[in-house]
Amino acid sequence: MTVQPTVPSGTTPAWCDRCGEATGDGPHDACARARELEPPRYCAWCRRRMKVQVVPTGWTAVCVEHGEVRA
Amino acid sequence: MPEILDQARARVLGDGVGLDEAGVLAVLTLPDEHLPAALQLAHEVRMRWCGPEVEVEGIVSLKTGGCPEDCHFCSQSGLFTSPVRSVWLDIPSLVEAAKQTAATGATEFCIVAAVRGPDARLMKQMREGVAAIRAEVDIQVAASLGMLTQEQVDELVDMGVHRYNHNLETCRSYFPNVVTTHTWEERWETLRMVRDSGMEVCCGGILGLGETVEQRAEFAAQLAELDPHEVPLNFLNPRPGTPLGDRPVVEGKDALRAIAAFRLAMPRTLLRYAGGREITLGDLGTRDGLLGGVNAVIVGNYLTTLGRPASDDLALLEDLKMPVKALSATL
Repeated sequence: MTVQPTVPSGTTPAWCDRCGEATGDGPHDACARARELEPPRYCAWCRRRMKVQVVPTGWTAVCVEHGEVRA
Repeated sequence: MPEILDQARARVLGDGVGLDEAGVLAVLTLPDEHLPAALQLAHEVRMRWCGPEVEVEGIVSLKTGGCPEDCHFCSQSGLFTSPVRSVWLDIPSLVEAAKQTAATGATEFCIVAAVRGPDARLMKQMREGVAAIRAEVDIQVAASLGMLTQEQVDELVDMGVHRYNHNLETCRSYFPNVVTTHTWEERWETLRMVRDSGMEVCCGGILGLGETVEQRAEFAAQLAELDPHEVPLNFLNPRPGTPLGDRPVVEGKDALRAIAAFRLAMPRTLLRYAGGREITLGDLGTRDGLLGGVNAVIVGNYLTTLGRPASDDLALLEDLKMPVKALSATL
């Protein structure tokens, strides 16, 4: 997976990229398990909903603020 | 041996005539101890009437999200609070996806759009996209664009689309519980036009929407009446924000019972593993289904969720000594 290009190095995500809730508000183990079969839907850095395109062998997710992440 | 399996051995395996609704219901309600026998019989039926080959397909979403319809299972409806945003795939990316699909050995590439039915913009995108794929990639192109007019059916035929997917999703009696923005009969009308056009009909649905086991049998019987070339069998993967987002997933044994029952209802159709098998059946169940009537798979990712890597499914098919259907066999 590529890292979004405009994220400052050394910072940690504030939001769960699956459910969009704060990562500090509790465990997101179920989200992490679900993410094995789902692309991210929320930007982990700003909580914006991302534009996600799934293709047979991968996916891309774009945040207008923080750029693209893909796998 | 339960009586229904003896009857099915004679009628379905012997004569190639599918079980009726009552027979399907009897298979769907078999006790667990008879499930292996039902799967074994379904496998024998598949091998006799379809052969050992497995058809491999990849799918891609040309237009994602923002759909005006309210299919309660779908994260792409614009009427629910789903996190899925609207996005269009450009033609170079569509062609690249077709190339990646062909590289897996797949012979089918289905282009899907989340719409009620195609508008002029989508038909133009299809015309350009299908032409570009046919010029660069050796693969059959299928489409799934919702409900069609006769003119659109004719246009898709003209483009070279050889198969059209339009799922009935569930049985007629339960459909109004799942979709309220259009009717089962409207879907049937599109399927009728597709059939009459000469395109292959691909029509299946999703199990686990809240239907009863009797309605599951009703659905199998209605699909058998349609007699589609292919039946994609999905298991609900509950999507956040949709009305069915909190439903439980189908139990593995119930999914396998359904696979056997649908095969015994439709001995000659392509019965395809589609979405949800990863969470319903897992790796072991996927294998059991391929040895229980399934003879086609979607490999790789789905429209908004991810699947197993294509290499895993292809390795499984090799392990099971089930050859991948070659492109020459589909032309």
